[in-house]
Amino acid sequence: MSAFAQSQTNETFVLNLGPQHPATHGVLRVKLVMDGEYVVEAEPVLGYIHRMHEKMGENRTWAQFLPNTGRMDYLHALAFNHGYVTAVERAAGIEVAERAEYIRVITNELNRISSHLLWFGAFVLDLGGFSPLLYAFDDREHILDLLESVTGSRLTYCYYRFGGVYNDIDDGFLAGTTAFIKRLRDRMPMYHNLVTKNIIMMKRLEGIGPVSAEMCRKYGATGPVARGSGIDFDLRKHEPYSVYSEFDFEVPVYTECDSMARYMVRMDEIEQSMRIIEQAVAKLPDGPFMTPKVSKIVKPPKGDYYNAVETARGSFGIRLVSDGTNTPYRLKLRSPTFSNLSLFGEASRGMLLPDALALMGSLDLVIPEIDR
Amino acid sequence: MSLDPEVVRVLAFLVGVIAFAALNAAYLVWLERKEAGHIQRRIGPKEVGPFGLLQPLADGAKLMTKQLIVPDGVDPVLFKIAPIMVMVPAIMSFVTIPFSDTLVARNIDIGLLVIFAFASVNVLGLLLGAWGSRNKYAIISAARVVSQNVAYEIPMLVTVVTLVMITGTMNLHEIVMSQQGGFWNWNILRLNASPLMPISFLIFFVCMLAETNRAPFDMAEAESELIAGAFTEYPGMGFGVFFMGEYANIVIGACLATILFLGGWQCPFGLYPGVHWFLIKIYAIIFTVIWIRWTFPRTTFYSLLNLSWKILIPISFFNLILTSAMLKVF
Repeated sequence: MSAFAQSQTNETFVLNLGPQHPATHGVLRVKLVMDGEYVVEAEPVLGYIHRMHEKMGENRTWAQFLPNTGRMDYLHALAFNHGYVTAVERAAGIEVAERAEYIRVITNELNRISSHLLWFGAFVLDLGGFSPLLYAFDDREHILDLLESVTGSRLTYCYYRFGGVYNDIDDGFLAGTTAFIKRLRDRMPMYHNLVTKNIIMMKRLEGIGPVSAEMCRKYGATGPVARGSGIDFDLRKHEPYSVYSEFDFEVPVYTECDSMARYMVRMDEIEQSMRIIEQAVAKLPDGPFMTPKVSKIVKPPKGDYYNAVETARGSFGIRLVSDGTNTPYRLKLRSPTFSNLSLFGEASRGMLLPDALALMGSLDLVIPEIDR
Repeated sequence: MSLDPEVVRVLAFLVGVIAFAALNAAYLVWLERKEAGHIQRRIGPKEVGPFGLLQPLADGAKLMTKQLIVPDGVDPVLFKIAPIMVMVPAIMSFVTIPFSDTLVARNIDIGLLVIFAFASVNVLGLLLGAWGSRNKYAIISAARVVSQNVAYEIPMLVTVVTLVMITGTMNLHEIVMSQQGGFWNWNILRLNASPLMPISFLIFFVCMLAETNRAPFDMAEAESELIAGAFTEYPGMGFGVFFMGEYANIVIGACLATILFLGGWQCPFGLYPGVHWFLIKIYAIIFTVIWIRWTFPRTTFYSLLNLSWKILIPISFFNLILTSAMLKVF
């Protein structure tokens, strides 16, 4: 091979994707080394929306950190609420009122559905289909209205308290929830007809963006990404917290490892969440929504605690180190999308740019949760 | 002093053609937004004027008052000339379009050829604009545009050649006249010439979508991948002219489909032929084009090329051979 030809063989260029790019859904930057339209190397660059949530936790009381949790994963804020309050409750040995546990499950699963619906719309938007986004927002709007009526906010919830919840739910909320589930059940076939069975959609997702089970284990991927790669792992089922062990639901697992598998996992999870909500509404016990006489000032005993919950994107782990005072000594958050994004560099190698962006969409990134 | 009637006629048609192209470009944006709104269970534009009808004027005023930035490092000549190279050929193509029996600016025997000659300049405009922008996304888009247009021009032209063989003329007026009578005489249903005529209409339609860069084949713009593709660096009216050129091209495509396959200004039942039938047909096609855009996700570049080279081109060649054989036999 001549010297000239050799110098031409790896003629690549660097493409800077983001931090303002329609496909990154926020301020993520990806440095791509491209060979024509093929991705040779992809390196996510983080930190554009870093707000030092972990450090903030160290200089405020245990209860004052609660609103921060809703601002990390703003699409499934209640799960982050849940993770934090459960961790502190376990550390401080606070009993949770039984009714509150059921309320937590109902609101949490509603929030999960809204998160998946938004992902569904945004993902189809990534693939160039506009209209499903608006349909999904139409349904999501009902959830936001329901949650607003009990939590008081529409996006960054701060609803759970140590020992219970902030506000009781009423019959109106329960009736609204039941009506919504009936409505969504009727709408799911429409989504499948319009999007899932669309031939362009199938061509763009099936066999595209393989993420093997080994890759998931290597990078610590959890949630729908891991379940789309055949790893049967859902904290709600396998390490049940709250009252999840009381309900009959399945963990959707697909072994195809492609973008379609991750898509189907999320669509099936919407169905399963609806099942959980229905059972929880039927079983909802009477009683207080808050354990009486929980001290306003929480002081967990000295020690090291860990607790994890399943969010819409995977396992959210929280490690607390308490020195027995009214502020945490150390608060370490393990957010699911950070690990899920880590595998993007390896998984996208050699893919076409549009396919790589479809893969990135199928990871369901929420940037404020990656950066914290 | 009296004016030569031919001069008056040329001036009148010049103004008429430019006005038709520009008005269509402006109001198709309104139609697109309104239709998209209703598909997505929204209302669409409604604030500016009744039913938002003045929205295109407001948009135009906004685009025109914006500063025309020429970014550092671009090729200023190519950068400025590219939008015009997209818009002008589109307007020029209207010259040979017969809107009705008498309403045509220039009835020439090679009308069809003229339109396809101008249509290929459009690609050059996009390519130069993208290349001159000195933007990586724009260059990826330029590479896509060229291979996409080369791939789809072949089946489109082969289909048109089939039609020319059937009608025996490239004069658009005569092509329409040969489809006189009811809708069973239209080329789309002329099964005695070739049983594949409805399929060749479909091929023509798909190629038209691809040639005009419409979804699901909008590889050049592909906003979720390439930001705005070839138009990424264009500010204000530079982008606006590209946009108008794109819509003018859609109108040309719809006009061609109407003339070649759907009997032009002829009535489906043989009653009252005239310009109204022509307009009804082209807007029905444009409506369908917009409908498709808001329903389907985008294909990928390689499946787009595969569709053309592996499916559309073989079928259109087969149709060509079949038609010539049938013309020879019958």
